[in-house]
Amino acid sequence: MISAKAIEKSYGDFKALHDVSVDVPRGSLTALLGPSGSGKSTLLRVIAGLEVPDAGTVLIEGRDVTSVPPQRRGIGFVFQHYAAFKHMTVAQNVAFGLQVRKRPKDEIRTKVDELLKLVHLGGWADSYPGNLSGGQRQRMALARALAVEPSVLLLDEPFGALDARVREELRSWLRRLHDELHVTTVFVTHDQREAMEVSDQVVVLNEGRVEQVGPPLEVYDKPANDFVMGFVGPVTKLDGETVRPHDFDLFHDPTDGAVEAQVERIVPLGFEVRVELVLGDSSPLTVQLTRMESELLELQPGEIVYARPRSAPSPGAGLLGEAQNLLG
Amino acid sequence: MGLVLYRTFEHGLAAPINSLTSADGAHAFWLTLEITAIAVPLNTIFGVATALLLTRRNFPGRTFLNGLVDLPFAVSPVVVGLALLLVYGRTGWFGGWLADNGIRVIFSTPGMVLATIFVSLPFVVRETVPVLQELGTDQEEAAATLGASSWQTFWRVTLPAIRWGVGYGVVLTTARALGEFGAVSVVSGRLVGQTETLTLRVQNEFERFDLTGAYAASALLAVMAIAVLLVMTALERRRRAT
Repeated sequence: MISAKAIEKSYGDFKALHDVSVDVPRGSLTALLGPSGSGKSTLLRVIAGLEVPDAGTVLIEGRDVTSVPPQRRGIGFVFQHYAAFKHMTVAQNVAFGLQVRKRPKDEIRTKVDELLKLVHLGGWADSYPGNLSGGQRQRMALARALAVEPSVLLLDEPFGALDARVREELRSWLRRLHDELHVTTVFVTHDQREAMEVSDQVVVLNEGRVEQVGPPLEVYDKPANDFVMGFVGPVTKLDGETVRPHDFDLFHDPTDGAVEAQVERIVPLGFEVRVELVLGDSSPLTVQLTRMESELLELQPGEIVYARPRSAPSPGAGLLGEAQNLLG
Repeated sequence: MGLVLYRTFEHGLAAPINSLTSADGAHAFWLTLEITAIAVPLNTIFGVATALLLTRRNFPGRTFLNGLVDLPFAVSPVVVGLALLLVYGRTGWFGGWLADNGIRVIFSTPGMVLATIFVSLPFVVRETVPVLQELGTDQEEAAATLGASSWQTFWRVTLPAIRWGVGYGVVLTTARALGEFGAVSVVSGRLVGQTETLTLRVQNEFERFDLTGAYAASALLAVMAIAVLLVMTALERRRRAT
């Protein structure tokens, strides 16, 4: 369990974190999601002790660690650019934390072998990080962080420097690893799909503030505000309302509650098709259909169609929105 | 340099070798090594510590310290020597006190070491700072999160990562220390057999019209310089490779 309470952090005039409070349940996998400059990495570094907050407290497993240096917080930290010790072999990298703790050599060797197997680097023990691919280096960094049996694992954009395919692989691998080890884990990402796919809980940050906290689906379906709605998924505007492009039905004939629009462009995206429309007042509207729906409609550019939003979630909708409405 | 070697052995091997193996010649050689052996390690420790301070800490006066490090490059060595005379000489600030306590700085080895340290001060700092900047703080932060103290982090992570840069700075410092003339000349008094280094010996022998002796000392300095140069080239190659 990690608790960050009322954290404030500024760099000169720039306010990186403003009254940020976040709870990370024990054993969970939590994503800190936000655009660059939102303060997500700063928050992670404050939890790790790599940055000292101007105000606020950090609790790890109930212990106030606000003034405890990173060495004694019982954390594991994984950096975006791996931070591999280049002059050490893979095995020496993983052994580092145990060596500075002066553990017996036999114990270190056993533990390192075990961890290298866990991260599928069994055959690479005597290689140098320079000879590893990005994905392998990051797995090594993860093994190194896990070697000291941290009570919490913190990952700063761990897949940010990897190419798309490796990133997807490592994502699902991290999820499985977490299900196996149950270490309380916090990872920073700017990629909403990554946050959705991997985490149990998403914390959305923007301009140094927490915008919403919740399970990925809840954040997606019931975004607390326009920012969250726009950040966690694609949006399009209709009558000033923010709507998800896949929450539309298209018809050839006028239908109740549907607006008239002209098809401008049809963009195939593999499984989905993006239909770009222009409304009567010449404002754009984007609708996303499955390929099957699109083929059944036999859409042609220039054609007039009728678009009807489904009972789509809008910002402030759902329980939270209703509560806000009641409160006025 | 070929000409120096030619002049050295122009009148046969015996004369230059005798000059170098004479009591005074040998003394000059060993004194040069002694001064270098004291100045270089001290400058290495100072240089690495200063470079760490400049790159890893933000403190008021950082820019000032950064400029101060380059002072020995800016000031003529002769002026450095004079400044040392003014501070440690018989009539200088500490001169009287030092003399009362039987410590001799000027016209003896301590003064020459001080002069050498000062003129060769910037090399290790200037070679280490860019290497530290390029290294970044990721690895050091990773070591900290893994439980390493700052001392452990320095020895196990930082120093191995910057070793070729530091090594290069050490070689440059050595070259400068071996060849220093101006500052050492002023504080040494150039006493033959006492405070005469190889460079000073070149000058002394020349003034005594012992050209063979002057060339012999020059040749020895040249050979030492070549050795340093070879080490430097080897280090440079290693540094590029990593």
